[in-house]
Amino acid sequence: MNLDFSDDQKFLQAEAKKFLEKENSVNRSRNILDTDKNVDKELWSKIVELGWTGIRIPEEYGGLGLGHLELCVIAEELGRYLAPVPFSSSVYLFTEAIIKYADEEIKKEILPKLISGEVVGTLAVTEDFHAPSKENIITEVSSDLVNGKKIGVPDAQVSTHSILVTKSENGINLRLIDHAHQSVTIEHQQNIDESRGHFSIECNDTPSKLIGGETNGWELYESIINQAAVLFSFEQIGGSQASLDMSINYAKERYAFGRPIGSFQAIKHKLADMYVALTLAKSNSYYAAWALSTESSDLPTASATARVSATKAFQLCSKENIQTHGGNGYTWEYDCHLFYKRSKLLSVNIGSLSNWKEKLVSSLEQSNIN
Amino acid sequence: MDFNDTPEQAEFRKTCRKWLEDNAKLKSGNQVEDFANIDFLQAGKDWQKKKYDAGWAMLHWPKEYGGIAASAIERIIWSEEESKFSVPRGIFEIGLGMCGPVMMEYASEEQKSRYLPPMAEGSEIWCQLFSEPSAGSDVAGLRSKAVQDGDKWIINGQKVWTSGAHFSDYGILVVRHDPNLDKHKGMTFFFVDMKSPGIEVKPIKQITGGSSFNEVYFTDVVIPDSQRLGEIGDGWKVAITTLMNERLAVGDANGADAEEAFKWAKNQDDSGEPLINNKSARASIADWYCEANGLKNTKLRTMSALSKGETPGPEASITKIVSANKLQDIGNFGIDSLDMAGMLKPDDSEVQSFHNAWLGAPGLRIAGGTDEILKNVIAERVLGLPQDPRADKNIAFKDIPSGNS
Repeated sequence: MNLDFSDDQKFLQAEAKKFLEKENSVNRSRNILDTDKNVDKELWSKIVELGWTGIRIPEEYGGLGLGHLELCVIAEELGRYLAPVPFSSSVYLFTEAIIKYADEEIKKEILPKLISGEVVGTLAVTEDFHAPSKENIITEVSSDLVNGKKIGVPDAQVSTHSILVTKSENGINLRLIDHAHQSVTIEHQQNIDESRGHFSIECNDTPSKLIGGETNGWELYESIINQAAVLFSFEQIGGSQASLDMSINYAKERYAFGRPIGSFQAIKHKLADMYVALTLAKSNSYYAAWALSTESSDLPTASATARVSATKAFQLCSKENIQTHGGNGYTWEYDCHLFYKRSKLLSVNIGSLSNWKEKLVSSLEQSNIN
Repeated sequence: MDFNDTPEQAEFRKTCRKWLEDNAKLKSGNQVEDFANIDFLQAGKDWQKKKYDAGWAMLHWPKEYGGIAASAIERIIWSEEESKFSVPRGIFEIGLGMCGPVMMEYASEEQKSRYLPPMAEGSEIWCQLFSEPSAGSDVAGLRSKAVQDGDKWIINGQKVWTSGAHFSDYGILVVRHDPNLDKHKGMTFFFVDMKSPGIEVKPIKQITGGSSFNEVYFTDVVIPDSQRLGEIGDGWKVAITTLMNERLAVGDANGADAEEAFKWAKNQDDSGEPLINNKSARASIADWYCEANGLKNTKLRTMSALSKGETPGPEASITKIVSANKLQDIGNFGIDSLDMAGMLKPDDSEVQSFHNAWLGAPGLRIAGGTDEILKNVIAERVLGLPQDPRADKNIAFKDIPSGNS
């Protein structure tokens, strides 16, 4: 019985923590907000230098060839320190899709460049202000040329490539496009957490390469999302822990009515609720990490369970962190709002809470039939 | 990460399993435990005796008291295997889980040899006498009096919520020996023969209609000083040892869980469609599934630490808060799913399990520390928040405002 990370993985996590702490990652996230940029390029290139973008890439392509568990511990730290970098888009979504579904030629071309940072990727699915589905995708691909517009694509402007969910006459396709092509127009869209930008991608006869099969693109997309949900959960528990830690520190230091506010049961119970939500999310994420790393058939259920718990935990912890800080928590100066905004970004990025609850119950129904 | 036993653990599990298969039947369906049923009591005693003779009764205890000095992880393995069999467990939880550890720590060698083996064997049942009418969450506010008279003590007062007192042979008892001292300094701890003259046990009728706990009245009950556990005035310190064990003993709420709610919703009609197609039911089931698995996986993390010989983190402290509230919500969901017929109590084991959950959960949210007290414990012991300023510190107990004039 060992539902825990290994000593090596814990060491990697401690190193990641040290690095992001030293780099002042939370402040970097704040500083981005005062610029018209949506990424900290310096931090990103340091992360690339550390080799984190190649953790999961097999050694034959120059990567470290490590497992998902190593990625989980890093994700937790990126979440804790609000790193303003396109890691989730490029690593959990884009790189994983290439490793899993791209043909050998594409892998040889793209994977080494993902390691070196020459290629940064993202995944584009949404087209309108509602949840995407197999039925409502309208971006079209025909003779490898893509036409259509995606919106709300995270990190698109700092990405060199993206994988688009498109429709062809044969069904849903995943399509790799190069942002450098003149037919691609990328525009910034105002968003809630500008430390990670969101963009529209418009394709006008844009050449593309097929990733995976001609007909099963939606199933591949869902499988990528199911994997990524585990890694997103780790970012969310990192953010939840940071929010809870801020609340604890403030509740001990802030005095009202002649005593620390943390001595009032209204505050104690609030923080205990945060701890409960975080503990449930963490335990479910550990189990999902196991399911991911062993390619267990329980992964769809396990990842949805982790995702729902972690989204709830980060939403609760980040909003109650503002509340615990009172008026100060509502100021730009305090960090509370950075976590509140990041919790929203992470909670909608791969689909909303209600949709993940639905996925969870569907997967229970599915596994019950089988 | 893996869910495998080490070779030693696997070997141990096989041994447990073998013995259980030879001596008990594998579970089928839900078994309801009922304290009022005397046959169940006898069955419990018989099972305990069987386990004792084979060394399984208190396997982590030293050999001289009937154990096999098993490790923490071996204890969990045994418990996992035993829970797969249809056996009458539960009657001895308070005695073995709370009274046993206190006796082990504070009783004399002679007393341990006398009392621990029959406790483990189940021939003598123990209860815990702490709470009082005016001392619930604030158990240190207890008022039952102990007056020393030579080498004995005279006890007067009343205890309440005493589970199993009506069939217990012995009890552990904390009482106030000096109301002129500070609240936490004026208490002393004893164990008492429940057959002593002057002890009267009155069952309390619960909201379920059943009676699993009691009021216990003490009128000039005599306890020899040799049955004092700890020094005079150390009552609170000894009680805390017990309460820490209680929080482990009263853990996961048994009863209808996410899995049962899910199965029920698949078969239950909801205005002409299966209830599982109802969006609101689906969202609730998802939430309960996350909580149920969150607790299960939390337990696995705790076991992982024990398995590696490490001290588990504080994560298990969330168990009772989460499981008792979930139980209440699931009971409520099941009853509501019957819509206007929800007030009826049909002869249907699934519906009964929702009724049991709905009526049992309010008790579980209070027993062994209310939700509120447990949240204080998490906030203070786990998160390190400061204690409330107290109105009952550094004054004589008798001068503390009580609201009782």
